[in-house]
Amino acid sequence: MNSMKAPRDAYGEILLELGSENERVFVLTADLASSTKTGLFAKQFPDRFLNVGIAEQDMVGIAAGLSRAGFVPVFSTFACFAPGRTYDQIRQSIAYSNANVKIISTHPGLSIGMDGAIHQSLDDIALTRELPNMVVLAPSDEIETREAVKSAIEHEGPVYVRVGRKECPKLLDSKYKFQIGKGYILREGKDITLIGHGSMVSAINEAAGILEREGISSRVISMASIKPIDRELIIESAKKTKGIVTAEDHFLYGGLYSAVCEVVSSEYPCIVKGIAVNDTFGESGKPEELYTKYGLTKEHIIKKVFEILD
Amino acid sequence: MKCNEIKELKKVALSVRRDCIEVQKLVGSGHLGGSFSVVELLTYLYFSRMDIDPKMPLKKNRDVLILSKGHASLAYYSILARRGFFPLDELKTYRKINSRLQGHTHIDEPPGVECSTGSLGQGLSYGIGVALGYKKANLDNKVYVILGDGEIQEGQIWEGIMLQGKLQMDNLITIIDNNKIQLDDTCENIMGYYNLKAVLQGFNHNVIEIDGNNFEEIHKAINQIQENKSNIIIANTVKGKGVSFMENVVAWHAKKLDDEEYNLSLNELDNREVHLDE
Repeated sequence: MNSMKAPRDAYGEILLELGSENERVFVLTADLASSTKTGLFAKQFPDRFLNVGIAEQDMVGIAAGLSRAGFVPVFSTFACFAPGRTYDQIRQSIAYSNANVKIISTHPGLSIGMDGAIHQSLDDIALTRELPNMVVLAPSDEIETREAVKSAIEHEGPVYVRVGRKECPKLLDSKYKFQIGKGYILREGKDITLIGHGSMVSAINEAAGILEREGISSRVISMASIKPIDRELIIESAKKTKGIVTAEDHFLYGGLYSAVCEVVSSEYPCIVKGIAVNDTFGESGKPEELYTKYGLTKEHIIKKVFEILD
Repeated sequence: MKCNEIKELKKVALSVRRDCIEVQKLVGSGHLGGSFSVVELLTYLYFSRMDIDPKMPLKKNRDVLILSKGHASLAYYSILARRGFFPLDELKTYRKINSRLQGHTHIDEPPGVECSTGSLGQGLSYGIGVALGYKKANLDNKVYVILGDGEIQEGQIWEGIMLQGKLQMDNLITIIDNNKIQLDDTCENIMGYYNLKAVLQGFNHNVIEIDGNNFEEIHKAINQIQENKSNIIIANTVKGKGVSFMENVVAWHAKKLDDEEYNLSLNELDNREVHLDE
């Protein structure tokens, strides 16, 4: 049995490792060190850690200032607060200034569950993807999360990383090397392409297994690099298969679905169907219940595949 | 400060005001009122105080000034140009297409600009970050943050004020350009009266209150910065300072000069220069 692990736990561990390797890494939190798993780093490197209080806007500016002084600041909060609450601070002090700041937010989308709609950031990818200079990453399992965080810190410039809260099976090989701008083919197939990020990668992978038993072969892609996106891989998939289904715990507008449509519509138009939250806020409930109610399950993915293939 | 030194600073301040008038007339936009209130503060810091090298704008051991009230860019660019960060002639490109001199500032463009500002309320947090980084890197340079008194209505400022009070970093000097007028009206009409000094003291800052258009008082205030304390200077200034018909007039926040106003203001500045030499 494949063990389950929450990506945010992997984040806390890799941050600690990176902090040992690189003395310029400085971590900030706004009273969420335990939830975002930055507490491990805080304990090990108290001199390079600051809890700014419940003051996310201040945190964004402090991070930008620290980068000016030569540090590699990483700040973590819930995705509803960064970019959600702090959009303008990120826009001016980080993106416009091309500051070397890493925004690593946890608790994305419906996956946060019972805290309800206010805490369910379904717009964070839309809000960061359109900002010039910003790299946007949404890794799936623990391996990809470790790799994405590592790449974010190595990259010179602003990066937003969306780290999952929901436990997830191991999907990638431990030898996997993540690259900004590249998607990863988890499974090859010729009939349909399934592209997901974050918590939905395991769902598209499971859907592909079920489809295989029905005689449908699916190409499964984890698109952790949402910006820059892997245009080549998307175009190749558009050419090679009969259509694309995207899946994400995010609004349909502005996220992966939009990004994939932008690529194919300008270079190789094909049918693209999106599994995402469609123009509605979420609500309190268990993540699994919410995924079912708002259409983010493997069954919904399979249904979309048949809409294309039938 | 010696009399000669003050006179030299006054001359620079007059030239800066003249630049502001010329450039605003030329391009037809820019904020004169809030530029004029902050001229003495910028002049003193850039020409008499800060450890900077215009030839090496990013040298590691340098003092940093963050103009959080980014709409005062007219005065700021003039100061930077006159201090040698870029050619004075470039001021003519202000707010025009393909210029480095944006209406509100962009970091490193032109050289000397330490922070992108313009959406108000963000500069103090940034300054805390730079000052904290300097402390951690054992650099003993200073970080100056200039806030507008209208700007401090932004909530983020108070997040910063609270944290600055907690961190007690003596390498960060926050200066409030207290000109008492914002875009629509006086600050008091918009936000009501409050005792700024008492509020700041309540958040554990050493607060120094001065006439922010007076070089001697600015000089004294900077020398009164307490070690191992958080310091904030309330610089009481006059919006539109230096041109009589602009002083304390709300409309001059960003009003365009007509031909008559242009001539009148330049004449006034010329007269003041003559008196300097008397």
